[in-house]
Amino acid sequence: MSLVADTSRPVDAVTAAGKAHTDSAAAFVPDKSRAERTASFDVADFPVPRGREEEWRFTPVKKLRGLLEPGATGRLEWDTFLPEGVTVSTIPSSEARELGALPPQDRAAVVAADVEKVTLVDIPAEAELTEPVRIRLIGDDATQPIHEHIVVRAGHHCRATVLFAHRGSAQYAQLVSVLTGDASDITVVASQRWEDDAIHLAQHDALVGRDATYRHISLTLGGKIVRLNANVRYAGPGGDATLLGVYFADAGQHLEHRSFVDHNTPHCKSHVTYKGALQGASAHTVWIGDALIRAEAEGTDTYELNRNLILTDGARADSVPNLEIETGEIVGAGHASATGRFDDLQLFYLQSRGIPEDEAKRLVVRGFFADVIKQIPMADLRAEATAAIEHELATTAYAAAATSDSTTPEHTSKEN
Amino acid sequence: MSTLEIKGLTVSVHTEDGPKEILRGVDLTVSSGETHAIMGPNGSGKSTLAYSIAGHPKYTVTGGTVTLDGEDVLAMKVDQRARAGLFLAMQYPVEVPGVTVSNFLRTAKTAIDGQAPKLRTWVKDVKQAMANLRIDPEFADRNVNEGFSGGEKKRHEILQLQLLKPKVAILDETDSGLDIDALRIVADGVNQAKDETNVGVLLITHYTRILRYIKPDFVHVFVDGRIVEEGGKELADRLEDEGYDRFLTAASA
Repeated sequence: MSLVADTSRPVDAVTAAGKAHTDSAAAFVPDKSRAERTASFDVADFPVPRGREEEWRFTPVKKLRGLLEPGATGRLEWDTFLPEGVTVSTIPSSEARELGALPPQDRAAVVAADVEKVTLVDIPAEAELTEPVRIRLIGDDATQPIHEHIVVRAGHHCRATVLFAHRGSAQYAQLVSVLTGDASDITVVASQRWEDDAIHLAQHDALVGRDATYRHISLTLGGKIVRLNANVRYAGPGGDATLLGVYFADAGQHLEHRSFVDHNTPHCKSHVTYKGALQGASAHTVWIGDALIRAEAEGTDTYELNRNLILTDGARADSVPNLEIETGEIVGAGHASATGRFDDLQLFYLQSRGIPEDEAKRLVVRGFFADVIKQIPMADLRAEATAAIEHELATTAYAAAATSDSTTPEHTSKEN
Repeated sequence: MSTLEIKGLTVSVHTEDGPKEILRGVDLTVSSGETHAIMGPNGSGKSTLAYSIAGHPKYTVTGGTVTLDGEDVLAMKVDQRARAGLFLAMQYPVEVPGVTVSNFLRTAKTAIDGQAPKLRTWVKDVKQAMANLRIDPEFADRNVNEGFSGGEKKRHEILQLQLLKPKVAILDETDSGLDIDALRIVADGVNQAKDETNVGVLLITHYTRILRYIKPDFVHVFVDGRIVEEGGKELADRLEDEGYDRFLTAASA
């Protein structure tokens, strides 16, 4: 299912249904199940994508050029704040695999993992960090490809927040492997506030320990192309994973978020919520939410939701939830996706209380993101996220374009 | 002393078959301190009158004038009308996800007054008004109308009426869906606003029930897009006994 709220653009699915292209149909056979998708550390297992592949069909692959070729030599500048007890070291990639890092699931991740040295962030068992681990990754060159594999190992019963703050200009393929110990409580925040020329392809995996709580929060505001895949598997029963995302795409930006929750273990939970706003010509966002409940994952409770708010004409949001269920012995499974414009009734209500149209729109957008933003654990990052969204809104031309526009909102939505 | 003056108002809505006229020449004057009840059968255009005055974009004014203290209301945007002193308590208040009641009230008050309310008195005023309307204090932190019951939504509308202190308030079927206890609370809230601010009230209703608690000075019977009969409180009593049948027959004849 593809949700497109821009009527001026053709919808791929419609074209394909109306007039079958035998050449592409013969060349491409989609996986029957997400479980069949290749996962490997061997670069040869992933051909360079051409754009027709299921996992790449929304991504502007032609613009990725050298980033998908192995052997990149560039480096980002690391600026770290490490609370007491937390260490950062370098380990050989063979050791990263022995630690249990999950294998890459696409070409970008496999080249990111195809490096000799892996950075290991180690959080000791039973550590209760009162300050987050802050890692600023700063680029200064958008022409030099960079490949990087980072492992975050959190010991049993520890509690920590790890922030990856991405800044500057870069062409960056990244694999982050989070290994959470039993009964740990780990939050990973990935903030993408790149410059306009940056390309960032990321796979953030978590292997969630027994009875562990894991949160992954994406905040994607900057960059030319950002594609962040947040994946979860469970190392034992009782795991609880929450994947959250906030994104705001301007003209010319492609911001893509994918998640795959692999319920491979009984009695685990997952909750996925991504919310995005779009404005400006050719602003494009993609959300693909895959959840697989395997036959052995009895007692699973999962829900995924994506909401997109289209602020101006010419923007496009694709939203595809996929839920596969192989056992009926579950607590719950559901998904919802909706993409729409401003709700005229909401705006009328606010305006009828004296609030000017611009301010009413800002209030609605702020409110739209509020439930996700408030789950960001650091006050300074919440404030930063709110301020950044305000800044995006301040540059919006919708106020001028939409004044006295009283057409009914277009909604392309589906609830399941 | 304020006056809302409606003269010869005609309004149409856009339909698939072209514009359809809903209001066919409404004349009505509401002054401070007065309570006017507009009563009429379903589909007579009562709510259209309310939304047209508030400026809902769905309705197109095709003729007539609406002025508030001589100012041309129809030339104002929706928010300007509110800042000029008009208030519409809606029949179906709208949910605004992620915007808390306290933030909403403060933002609206700031917009209406042109400056932020003084924090200490404002917090006290809000608490007092909420207590009077038996609104749980925790509602301040809830999102506007989200998950509110029908009665809670209506009380929240009257809370705004009390805090925003408009010159003229239009209450669109504020009584609909309320049980008798909730109706009393809401009516008390309206009466309190009348006492404190001398607000002019245009009360739109289908049933006479609410008029036992909010005493109208004038009753207007609204049928087929216009006022067909006017009188005092006794007209409402007569409508309660006889219903709208005789007007409907007259209108369709």
